[in-house]
This record gives sequence, structure tokens and C-alpha cells, in this order.
Amino acid sequence: MTSEIILQAIVTGLMMGLIYALIAAGLSLIFGLMEIVNFAHGEHLMLSMFSSFWLWSLFGLDPLFSIPITILLMAFCGVLTHYFLIRYILKAKMLIQICATFGLSIFIRSIAQLLWTPDFRNVDKPLLEGRIELGSVFIGQPQLYASLVCLVAFIGLYLFVTKTETGLALQATAQDRHAAEVLGIPSNKMFAIGWAIGLGCVGVAGGMMANYFFIFTDVGINFALFAFVAVALGGFGSIIGCLYAGIIIGLVESLGGLLIDPSFKLLYVFVIYLLVVIYKPQGLFGRY
Amino acid sequence: MDKLIAAKSEPLWNTNNKVISIIGGLVVLLFALPLVGLNSFYLHLFIMIFMHAVMAQSWNVIAGFSGQISLGHGAFFGIGAYATSFFYMEYGITPWVSILFGMFISGVFAVLIGIPMLRLSGHYFAIATLLIGISFQVVFQRWDLVGAASGLWVTMTPEDSWIALQFHSSKVPYYYIFLFFFLISFFAVWVLSRSKLGYRLRAVRDDPQAASSLCINVANYKIIAYVISAMIMAPMGSLFAQYILIIDPDRVFNIEISIIVLLITVLGGIGNVWGPIIGASILIPISEYSRIYLGGTGGAVDLILYGLILMIICVFRPNGLISFIPKNILERKKQR
Repeated sequence: MTSEIILQAIVTGLMMGLIYALIAAGLSLIFGLMEIVNFAHGEHLMLSMFSSFWLWSLFGLDPLFSIPITILLMAFCGVLTHYFLIRYILKAKMLIQICATFGLSIFIRSIAQLLWTPDFRNVDKPLLEGRIELGSVFIGQPQLYASLVCLVAFIGLYLFVTKTETGLALQATAQDRHAAEVLGIPSNKMFAIGWAIGLGCVGVAGGMMANYFFIFTDVGINFALFAFVAVALGGFGSIIGCLYAGIIIGLVESLGGLLIDPSFKLLYVFVIYLLVVIYKPQGLFGRY
Repeated sequence: MDKLIAAKSEPLWNTNNKVISIIGGLVVLLFALPLVGLNSFYLHLFIMIFMHAVMAQSWNVIAGFSGQISLGHGAFFGIGAYATSFFYMEYGITPWVSILFGMFISGVFAVLIGIPMLRLSGHYFAIATLLIGISFQVVFQRWDLVGAASGLWVTMTPEDSWIALQFHSSKVPYYYIFLFFFLISFFAVWVLSRSKLGYRLRAVRDDPQAASSLCINVANYKIIAYVISAMIMAPMGSLFAQYILIIDPDRVFNIEISIIVLLITVLGGIGNVWGPIIGASILIPISEYSRIYLGGTGGAVDLILYGLILMIICVFRPNGLISFIPKNILERKKQR
């Protein structure tokens, strides 16, 4: 066990962590707005990866160029989700909200299984290929660009929420729905925008991951679990918390896998989750 | 306040006489059914209904009575299944005894999991249990002592045996065993729901702060509910293992188990003793028939239906199908 291997693991973990951070940011944005956890988040990720795959396989569009289309599709999917399901359960009990989004996740996953079979697919010969050698550390190009794009998207999301008028309106709705409505911010529209942006983030992550990750119908489960953990770790509703939490999870996953046993990656993340939520239930940056 | 005292002092059997006689009639009917000569598909259907009703009832105790949503309840099912098969194969202990082992181990795990986790509330708990369920699957897939990913193949007895709890020639004994456990579990939960403990659990669910101001230790009661729930779940795992005789982590720790108990309870009516029966007797036939006529090729049509039903119920009937039945009929005698 040399320091180079550990360095390699840190770099890998960091790159994974940035992707987790963006996925979690979408989840966190939605939760912050209407206090609903989207248990179908992993399935939405799966959909975005498949959208990328089909655009490549049917129209020959490289995943790199199809990202805008994927983002638009996912944003549309978010609006649909809000319009057909979420707006009916806004006032329901938490249990019902969990069950409804959980039902959505089962529904999407099994429809995908019916349409596309559970086969593993991957994009053949994408534009981003190969690896870079930095000293003794190997960095896969697709992974590197995926994490960089995710980081840029994350910064963009953060600036959007904190600097633009729409972003501030989102924050106002998140803080107090009724007060915001008094000030002329239609909360229903804000929720729809929140879903569109939240799933748009997933679209970015999924589109970039389609470059190098296997695409299959259950792909989202692990990512969604890590995103849940990241959101709870960073604090429900805090976007900047997701960045730190995502990176922590990425590092724990890859270092734990290297130092102890790679088959129990999930357990290390789980232990971190338990430790944080027991000693600091509102998460690292949370306001709930 | 008057109503509350009346509710408390009401004896267990003071239910509407009509309801009691209907229930009694149904129970007799269930006992008589195999005598009519059902073919083995229908026996299987009934066995599955009994099993899932009890599993859903177990989830109902933790989610419906104490308000904690566990998304990883399949873990206790798996523990029960592995306990009987493992002890039978390694030490030759009869499943009748190792069902108790399974219950005990599940209970211990529920305490161990419950002490740190039931301090969490709402979403935090739900996510943690989701992770628990998957962690169990991951650990059992790698655990060589219990056969790792290929699971345990229970050694078959050459003939039907009550001691080894294996019946190869007919499903009728299984039918009666599952029916027996079904009745016992429902009676236990029914008693629980009307006992002091049941009222306290519901107080914890409805308003934890008010409950703790009345000297109810919220965390302790949640743990008690979790343990009871785990101990109801484990025997079903054991019996299921004896029923199919091959268990592997992907089957008994499958997240689908955690999903279906949730679905049945929400469909029937959460927090109500009768909800799981209604849910199971509607959902299981749908799922078995859809598997026969539509699925089978990995199409997962039954799962599409589950997801759809779950969403529709959540949107239109958050209290489940039981809310179609007037309240006073099932729960207690009409208010005087």
C-alpha cells in the first residue's frame, strides 16, 4: 500500500463525489421547496442516462452534445411529475408523500424494465475516451470531464438560486410558502420550476455519466441512496451542504473500498450517515 | 375526554355482535376451504395472501401505530428465513424451534438497530431503514457461512415430515400452518391495538411532544413497536423458507419485500388492524394473476401495477380502501 494508490483513491473519490453532489443538489432543492423527498430520484437519473443512450444509439448523437436535450427532457419530466403527482400530495401526511414518490420510483423502474429489458448497455466509442497520466495518478478522461461539468453545473445552480430573481423567489417559497404568495410569488409555479431544475441537475449528471458508466434499469438505486445520504449529511434543503457531503461520501466510498473491503462500500457510507444524523440531526449545514 | 375513558374501559369483546359473527364465519370458512378440494394453485394463492397479510401487519405495527416508516423491513423476513434453514441444516434443529430463534434474533437486531435509529424521525429514519435493508442483502451475499450469494438449499426429507416442516405431496398442511400463524398474529395485533400499549403508540405517532409531556418515553415506545414488528415478520420468513426450501439473499432480502408490505398496508388502510387483510386479499390475487397472464419474461408487469396502485391510492384515498367502510362498524360498538 503506497501513497500513490491512496492518492489515486482520493482523486477517484473526489471525482465521484462531485457527481454525487450534483445529484444530491437536485434532491435537496426539491426538498427545500416543498419538504418532499423524491424517492424516485435514482429512477430519474436512470431515465436521463437512457435518454443519452438512445439519442446516441438512434441518432448517433454523442452524449457530450446531447446533454442540452437530456436536460430539457428531464426538466419536462420534472414538470410532469409535479403536475400529475406531486401537487396532489403537497398537503398530505409525510407517510403518504413517501409512499407516493416511492410508488413513482417502482413505476418508472418497472416500465423501463418492460420497454428496454434489464440488459446492460454502454455507449460505444464516445468522444471522451482514454486517460490522462498525472505523475503516478491515472485519471479517466470521461470521469474527469463528468466531474468538472458537474462542478460547473453545481456552481451555476448555486449562483442561480442565490443571485437571480427567480432563484430568490424559489428561496422565498422555500422559507414561507404563504408569505411568498402574499408577495405575488405563485408557489405552484415555483414548485414546478423547482422540479424542473432539480431534475435538470440529474440530467447533467446522467448525461455525463452515460459516457463511461454501464446503463441499465437498476443503475439509479445506488446513486439515489448516496444522494439521500448526501442530502441528509449536508442538511435537508441546503445546497452548498450537498457539495461537501457529496465529496465526503465519494472519499469515504473510495478510501473505504481501498483500505478495508470494496464489497462493503455501502456500509461505510451508511456508518457515516448514522454518525452524522445521530450527533447532528440537522446535518452539517441544515436548517431543518 | 369522556370518549377517551369510555374507549379505554371498553372490554375487548365488546364489539358489534354482527361483526364478530361475520368474522367467526369467515374463519370457519377458511378452515373448511381445503376440505372442498381446492387445486394447488388456489392453495398457493391463499398461502401467499396469509403470508403477505401478516407481513403487512408487521409493517403496520411500526408504521401505522407508531408512525415510523421503515423501508427496509425485508431484513427481518430474511433473518427469519435464514435462521430456520441454517439451524436445520447445520444442527438439525427442527424449524418449530428455530422459528423462535429467528424471532429472537430479529428482536435483538430490532433493538440494536432501533436504539440509534429511532431517535431519527421522518425522512431520516426512512432513508436509514432503506440503507439497512440493502446492507443486510450485501452482507448476506458475501457471508460464506450461510452460502454467500448462492444461498441455502434446505436438505429435503424423503417424505412429508411435521418435524422438519416439509411437505412435498400436498400444500394442505402448509395452508393450515400459514392460516394458524395468520390468525395468531392478527389476534395479537388486535389485542395490541386496543391495549394501553397501543394507545400509547398512537399517542407517540400523533404528537410526540404531547406524549412525552404525559410521561410516555417516546424513544422506548418506538423501540418496543419496532421489536414487536420485527418479531411478527420473522416467522413469516421462516415459514416461507420452509415453503420454497431454497433461499438466497436476492430472494429473501429483496427490496421488493419491503415494497410490497408497504403497498399492501397503504392500499388496505394504514394504522388499522383490518387494513393489511383487505390490502393483501386484493393485491396478492392481482399480482399472482398478472404474473401468470402478463409477466414471466422479466417484464415486471406486476411491479408496474404496484407502482401505479400506490400512486393512485396516495392521491385519491390516502386512508386506504378501508375508508370506504363506515368507521363504527369495524372498530367498536356504535356510540351510545
